[in-house]
Amino acid sequence: MDFGWLSDPFYQEYLIEGLINTLWLLLVSAIAGLTLAIGMAMARIRGPRPLAWTATAVTSVIRGTPLLVQLFFFYYGVGRLLEGIPGIQDSIFWGLLRDPFFYATLTFTLSVGAYSGEILRGALLSVPPGEREAGRAFGLNPFQVFWRLWLPRAVQLCLPTLTGEMILLLKSIPLVSTIAMMDLLQAANIIRDETFLTYEPLLLIAAVYLLLTIVLTLCLRQVEHHFPGVQPVRRAWRPFGQPRRV
Amino acid sequence: MTVSHPLRPSADLARRLALGVALATTLGAATIGSAHATDQAANQDAGEPLKIGISAEPYPPFTYTSSDGDWTGFEVELASAICDQMGRECEITPTGWSGIIPSLKAGRIDMIMNSMSITEKRLRVIDFSSPYYFTPGAYVAARSLDIEPPEGLDGKVLGVQSATTNATYARRALRDSGVDIRLYDQAEQVNRDLLSGRLDLILADEIAMTELVERDEAADFEIKATAPHHEAYGEGVGIGLRQEDDALTEDVNAAIEAVNQQGICSELSERYFGTDVCVG
Repeated sequence: MDFGWLSDPFYQEYLIEGLINTLWLLLVSAIAGLTLAIGMAMARIRGPRPLAWTATAVTSVIRGTPLLVQLFFFYYGVGRLLEGIPGIQDSIFWGLLRDPFFYATLTFTLSVGAYSGEILRGALLSVPPGEREAGRAFGLNPFQVFWRLWLPRAVQLCLPTLTGEMILLLKSIPLVSTIAMMDLLQAANIIRDETFLTYEPLLLIAAVYLLLTIVLTLCLRQVEHHFPGVQPVRRAWRPFGQPRRV
Repeated sequence: MTVSHPLRPSADLARRLALGVALATTLGAATIGSAHATDQAANQDAGEPLKIGISAEPYPPFTYTSSDGDWTGFEVELASAICDQMGRECEITPTGWSGIIPSLKAGRIDMIMNSMSITEKRLRVIDFSSPYYFTPGAYVAARSLDIEPPEGLDGKVLGVQSATTNATYARRALRDSGVDIRLYDQAEQVNRDLLSGRLDLILADEIAMTELVERDEAADFEIKATAPHHEAYGEGVGIGLRQEDDALTEDVNAAIEAVNQQGICSELSERYFGTDVCVG
């Protein structure tokens, strides 16, 4: 084991840049993806038929194809088509469209939207209709019922599953090294290419990912504990175990 | 290992070499002490044909099989010229690339002649002849882009294939130029992103770039400059030999020099690549 390269400022710079890009991708894709998931779930439950069909089709395609293929499809396929539009290279969007970050967030957003949309749909359907009817009886309009009652109840039900989805998203991010983005894996590859050390850089980024997963799990566990309406839990230090209900 | 396109393999070159070194140093280390290698020098003087090891995977236009099944290519023809010069009979022996250095050390082949760059790491395990060819990196950009690399790179997006000497050069030598370096897995991905406008310029092997700008789709692109000599590029490509075969190394070096002086190497290079990559 030779970790001497860790002191090389070249490699430190790549690793830090890779880490920052990874975190940005995670944050942007998670927020945009979960927003999309709400739309997808509602489109399938309540949307007019064409919209429901579209959402079903998108979900099937995204869930039925490998994420790497989707990434290539958007970066090398759709990206090329967009670039062919006359005048686009001089427009203000060009800076965004030539950047792999855009295609990576687009792909991950759709992926989270499709998978989490399915989870959310199931959760929305498992909220007893009586609760919504009670909301209506209290004088809430349908919009208020959705945002203040139905959705929070559904999220409450599927939060642990959504946590799992976010962890899967985090671990999908190394795929972006294939579309010329500097992430942790690409930084490790650079170190491997130059030092001929294979295991050490990979071990390092594996450790970083493990650490990120632990931090992410802890953060989301806090969200689970403090989400409005969740049953109070005993305040024991059980970061990974199931919270014990009182 | 990536499958190289039959017509433009050389961009994969340095990447293969890097991989080769990684594996070869691992595997080679295991065979350093083996007993086989020591008998070899004696065998060679007995007038047996020299076995020239090349990668079993075709590597056009350096080594590939012609339509009638025989090996041909720039390095195969150059090898036969070198053997003629030495007055020795030679036999092309295809060997798996990743195990080619162990094969040499174990005596299954006598020389490695397949675009193997002379690197410090390999020199710990095997010897090299003097370099017989060297290809610099070449910058390609749109004709309309007024640029003279390495000047004026600030704010530009440069694409290179990862695990190549060009990638190492770009990262080491251009890091203060303000250029944004993007690393790709495959050479063709770099070319495509240049042609589509996502990259302002690319840096890749000169042979591959000469071929690229001749394509119809690349009519608006041209080679802007070649990269200067830099430690990242090494000394060039040499013939790999066993460390104990000093006599053979001397013969090979003399033959390479003669082949260069007679212009045979340059003639082959012009024919295969359209440019002279011979050293010396």
